[in-house]
Amino acid sequence: MIPAAFEYYRPTDMAGVIALLQEHGDDARVIAGGHSLIPMMKLRMADVPHLIDLQGIEGLSGITVTDGVVRIGAMTTQHEVIVSDALAAAAPIMKEAALQIADPQVRYMGTVGGNVANGDPGNDMPGLMQCLNAQFHLTGPDGDRAVDARDFYEAAYMTEREDEEVLTAITFAAPTGGYAYEKQKRKIGDYATAAAAVQISKEGGKVAAASIAMTNLSDTPVWSEAAADALVGTACDEAAVKAAVTAMLGDIDPTEDNRGPVAFKRHAAGIVLGRAILRAWSRA
Amino acid sequence: MKDEITREDRVANLKGMGCSRKRVEDARFTQGKGNYVDDIKLPGMLHGDFVRSPYAHARVKSINIDAAMALPGVVAVLTAKDLEPLNLHWMPTLAGDKQMVLADGKVLFQGQEVAFVVASDRYVAADAVELVEVEYEELEVIVDPFKSLQSDVVLREDLVAEDGSIPNGAHGPRKHHNHIFTWEAGDLEATEQVIDNAEVVATEEMYYHRTHPCPLETCGSVASMDKVNGKLTLWGTFQAPHVVRTVASLLSGIEEHNIRVVSPDIGGGFGNKVGVYPGYVCSIVASIVTGVPVKWVEDRMENLMSTAFARDYWMKGKISATKDGKITGLHCHVTADHGAFDACADPTKFPAGFMNICTGSYDIPVAYLGVDGVYTNKAPGGVSYRCSFRVTEAVYFIERMIEVLAIELNMDAAELRRINFIKKEQFPYTAALGWEYDSGDYHTAWDKALEAVDYKGLRAEQAQRVEDFKAGKTRKIMGVGLSFFTEIVGAGPVKNCDILGMGMFDSCEIRIHPTGSAVARLGTISQGQGHATTFAQILATEIGLSAESITIEEGDTDTAPYGLGTYGSRSTPVAGAAAAMAGRKIRAKAQMIAAYLLEVHDNDVEFDVDRFVVKGAPERFKTMKEIAYAAYNQAIPGLEPGLEAVSYYDPPNMTYPFGAYVCVMDIDVDTGVPEIRRFYALDDCGTRINPMVIEGQIHGGLTEALAVALGQEIAYDDMGNVKTGTLMDFFLPTAWEVPNYETDFTVTPSPHHPIGAKGVGESPHVGGVPCFSNAVQDAFRPFGNRHTNMPHDHWRIWQTANNLGMHD
Repeated sequence: MIPAAFEYYRPTDMAGVIALLQEHGDDARVIAGGHSLIPMMKLRMADVPHLIDLQGIEGLSGITVTDGVVRIGAMTTQHEVIVSDALAAAAPIMKEAALQIADPQVRYMGTVGGNVANGDPGNDMPGLMQCLNAQFHLTGPDGDRAVDARDFYEAAYMTEREDEEVLTAITFAAPTGGYAYEKQKRKIGDYATAAAAVQISKEGGKVAAASIAMTNLSDTPVWSEAAADALVGTACDEAAVKAAVTAMLGDIDPTEDNRGPVAFKRHAAGIVLGRAILRAWSRA
Repeated sequence: MKDEITREDRVANLKGMGCSRKRVEDARFTQGKGNYVDDIKLPGMLHGDFVRSPYAHARVKSINIDAAMALPGVVAVLTAKDLEPLNLHWMPTLAGDKQMVLADGKVLFQGQEVAFVVASDRYVAADAVELVEVEYEELEVIVDPFKSLQSDVVLREDLVAEDGSIPNGAHGPRKHHNHIFTWEAGDLEATEQVIDNAEVVATEEMYYHRTHPCPLETCGSVASMDKVNGKLTLWGTFQAPHVVRTVASLLSGIEEHNIRVVSPDIGGGFGNKVGVYPGYVCSIVASIVTGVPVKWVEDRMENLMSTAFARDYWMKGKISATKDGKITGLHCHVTADHGAFDACADPTKFPAGFMNICTGSYDIPVAYLGVDGVYTNKAPGGVSYRCSFRVTEAVYFIERMIEVLAIELNMDAAELRRINFIKKEQFPYTAALGWEYDSGDYHTAWDKALEAVDYKGLRAEQAQRVEDFKAGKTRKIMGVGLSFFTEIVGAGPVKNCDILGMGMFDSCEIRIHPTGSAVARLGTISQGQGHATTFAQILATEIGLSAESITIEEGDTDTAPYGLGTYGSRSTPVAGAAAAMAGRKIRAKAQMIAAYLLEVHDNDVEFDVDRFVVKGAPERFKTMKEIAYAAYNQAIPGLEPGLEAVSYYDPPNMTYPFGAYVCVMDIDVDTGVPEIRRFYALDDCGTRINPMVIEGQIHGGLTEALAVALGQEIAYDDMGNVKTGTLMDFFLPTAWEVPNYETDFTVTPSPHHPIGAKGVGESPHVGGVPCFSNAVQDAFRPFGNRHTNMPHDHWRIWQTANNLGMHD
């Protein structure tokens, strides 16, 4: 658990970060809270000769809600997500999910930006961001661009972000209706055996719109449009929930690990989603 | 002289036995001021790190250290070839086998030590490990003990004679080249006869999975060889520092008086720190070679992968009874997976520990136990993880067999236990497999436990829940887990308990200072048990000085009297008895001094709390403080000056703590998630020294029991790769996963122990594991479950429900 030697940088502006990334290419990584990257370095599973700390850059953290748009700076910690009144009012699913991430010590350090940028299929925020249809804002040598969370993830640890780019912020429209983040895990601090993020809005006793994303059930988060479609227009009754679960099961592709065999994970995914839908509907 | 305070106040001031005195250790532990082995920093100290095998079974074709040696800061890279001239490339194990210190020609488990890098700092050492080039030739891997006994693959080539024959092992004949020993107890023929002719027989096979004690502090050592005066000092995570000193002397040839072994603060042991590890040996050799201190501290993954595991017992049972439930016989066979070397930490004559306590708390007329030890490509070890030697396995076995028999008889499992308990008047009771239980009152404890939880009410609620489930009203089922355990601790009588020939007595030495305070040293070593608190309480009551005025020291072999260390709940039964006996020697001399000072005959004074008083004249007394001062400063005819005593205590018997546990659990059959609604634990550890420390021990032991029962395992894949090498996958519960525990007690003192105490540190683990497991299994009993193996993690519970058709 001793990392290999690395150079440590703490630039004070984004231009400095980009310059270092351009100089060192994939030999360099930026570090936010470090709660994914540092363990990987200690296990010598990640070889990072040049480590660029983002803590010296101003303006990368904080939560704002303006005209119905939520903006979360990449360096915002999970703890800050939990205690933000503005966020709790605009997107309460964020708090419900963040409270189920790791443990308090990790949440004081771990950041939203690191969580979504790392591309770890076990992380909770990527699926949640897909559910919320968030945009990820990237800064690189050619300027700024935004990528939809739903288009960002290619495979485990592989994302749309280029090596010279830094994820600086996340924005999404404040959701309407009911919400739920349901997660089954073996213990505090564990990744999900299965987790579901659900937003549902209701009109006239029927589901007007829905968004559903699943976590740790594939090598990327799974936004299941088919599952959401199965709910829209229904009264969210037993048959509709069952249809949504069936549709979701068509989109996930879990693998066996110490959390259990595929059959169990698929069963748990269905249960978790069913519960999330019912809770979201009850709040819609 | 008039006494200013009441007798009641004097008793309270003593803080002796029975007082919930706060732990004196906690001031430093809670402020981060403990002094652990990794806190030791010596001038010029070097750091060691291991090159470990990625393969579970492979021949080592070559080791190239050139690139590592070229790295600035690297001082040495040791391989088996370097240790061979010192005859230290192999070392004896506590179980009578031998094990490689560094890979000698082949590796036998993943994580095995191959080379030891010594460098100027810990980071350079880790970098150099990556630069050592080892060429391996992979061999067929065996992780299944049953396959191992059938396989042509020879795991231990050193244990096969040149003509291909298989020499005897340390415990007698071996049946196969991968077989270690057969160990038997009881009467096989009589047992088979009873079972063959019984009215009812229940049989079951169960696997008690491999797990690991996982103390918060990993293992480590600092060796410092002073070449000028020829003295070796060794600090380390040792549960038995004196044994380490003797073994180090025998291995190295350094005379024992030139070796000082120190166990500083130890961050949990649970059996993991009983054995001797290659890291200790390599740090010693490296210090001898380099002439400067060398530190080795393993990381978490190394601790989980390579240091002593626990359990890994495949148990097959048969239990017979009359139609009305009176047990008539018990047969148990164990296939014990010991890994690559037999490094179990048991008393030498007991290769399966005290597994022969497997008749449990029941009056079983005839029984047989057979254990076959087997080599596989897994890490060596086999320690008693928070239990006396293999007692957790034994208690799990019998408490599962009782449940299975209850199913066979269609009988309530609590009632089945009750009608088979050894009765109070049968103690001392000699069990069918040989042990003599010292004392017990099982019926009283059981009735108290069942009443406390409203057992009948729970069964009624469970029956209703079953109906509700079947009617589709709920997806949660309910289990009532029962266990009644009898521990066997306090190893042990020298006549049958030794480790490598060293008798398992223990010791205490007391020195009273002139002003009436004291220092006492013992042969044990606390790893969190709170010895500095509780041993001072025993002495306070025995010698009449406040516990606050008594310092307890352990762990430094230059100052502490010889003892066999702390494990198997032996400290209070053995060293605690030595403390009481040494205290009584102090008191005997104090009585003579008091009589002299009071100008009466020795027999005319009597001890009273903190003083000796003249019989019939309580206003005439001398306090122990006054007596201590006089002992040093007053010429007393016929008495030497000073007030000191030492006692070496060889216990006449083991002690047999017992307890009654009940767990109420709700299980979500769809997710497999268990919720512990209630856990009630009644413990009888004999005389209670510090109720608060006991309660803490019980909370800790139950939590480790919960861990093992509900998910904690060391799992291997078919290639011998460890699948659970980090705390992400190895289940270590946090406060979040732990339920509220209700503790209770009865007191049945040990008749042969000086203060009647029996030991408690491991009881909750021993009784807790079957209780949690039985709760899971009991929940599924109404739906047709008979037995499922632990660990009961979410997916396995779900699998049970699935197999029983509960998802259809």
